[in-house]
Amino acid sequence: MAFTLPKLPYNIEDGIEPAISGKTMSFHFGKHHNGYVTKLNNGIKGTKFENSSLEEIIKGTFENEEFKGVFNNSSQHFNHSFYWNSMFPNGKEPSQKVKEVLANSFGSFEDFLKQFKQKAATVFGSGWCWLVADGKNLEIMQASNAMNPIPLNKKPLLVIDVWEHAYYLDYQNNRGGSIDKFFQVINWEFVEQEMKKAGLF
Amino acid sequence: MHKLPKLPFPIEKGIKPAISGRTLGFHFGKHHAGYVNKLNKAIKGTKFENTPLTQVIKETFDNEQTKGIFNNSSQHFNHSFYWNCMKPNGSTPSYKVKKVLEKSFGSFENFVTQFKQKAGTLFGSGWCWLVADGQNLEIIQTSNAMNPLPLNKKPLLVIDVWEHAYYLDYQNNRGESINKFFDVINWDFVEKKMIEAGL
Repeated sequence: MAFTLPKLPYNIEDGIEPAISGKTMSFHFGKHHNGYVTKLNNGIKGTKFENSSLEEIIKGTFENEEFKGVFNNSSQHFNHSFYWNSMFPNGKEPSQKVKEVLANSFGSFEDFLKQFKQKAATVFGSGWCWLVADGKNLEIMQASNAMNPIPLNKKPLLVIDVWEHAYYLDYQNNRGGSIDKFFQVINWEFVEQEMKKAGLF
Repeated sequence: MHKLPKLPFPIEKGIKPAISGRTLGFHFGKHHAGYVNKLNKAIKGTKFENTPLTQVIKETFDNEQTKGIFNNSSQHFNHSFYWNCMKPNGSTPSYKVKKVLEKSFGSFENFVTQFKQKAGTLFGSGWCWLVADGQNLEIIQTSNAMNPLPLNKKPLLVIDVWEHAYYLDYQNNRGESINKFFDVINWDFVEKKMIEAGL
């Protein structure tokens, strides 16, 4: 089973306004994410993972030195797909339900944004910042390089990519600015869907 | 108090043909400067306040409590070393340097091939170093802020492969940025480090 790039519900050339330029999208989606998919398909060929689902591959190769490349490529494919889904041009508003769930865990919706921004900004090196559900508990977790919540059996709800390739053409060293703009493009309908799947309401 | 080094070439001109003035402006003036500022803030009022840089690195290594100091001190060291490894339009390695590399890697060309391969395949952010471990030369990949000092190996040459080092000029094409790096290596500096390392 060959993995493929997802089909995005918006045009790559237009970017994801106002956060991500078309130029960045063409490299990020067309080169980086595409590269991970290609390397993943090459990496599982002829192995026991050849017909496994993406999540099975991630869990089965986690902390396995022999399959480090496959872990990295499968996880990066998962991470990037989740990231594209987490965004939409000009964003989609959070519902009352979503705001309540976040307020329950973080004090208020604004507190959640503050904490998420702080964690996303302070990831050292390449990585991701995730909102996850651990049972009924919500957490904001930093992850290095290709890491994601799947091997930890936590449910991802929202993610931002803080590898420098995600923001450097548009913001250079100003990661904080890129996170502020990310908040303007969050697809809260997708987050709500993932919260529902995680049994949060 | 730690300070940015003074570079022996104007930042606005970059390091041709490998690094644009624009990249150098951000890389030196924002990233490296940021590490120096954060380092000075973090050591203020601690036992590290007057400690030499390489000692700060060794003493804060692998310690969850001093992780911030380790990252900032190491990144200051790494970047300073990196600027020294380059000069506009590069240089030619001396016969002595080529012989030392030949001894460990078979040929100068083999060294170049292996260094490019290791620098090209580092996953995430990090650095690729040529180091001396006693009389032995090695090419080592390090993640994030890591460098050879806590391993008691002697750095001879380094390339920065954090994406901020090449993304404005090469985007995803790290391989090409590494090729161009070889056009700007300051082999006199490398030779100096080899002499210091007793090679």
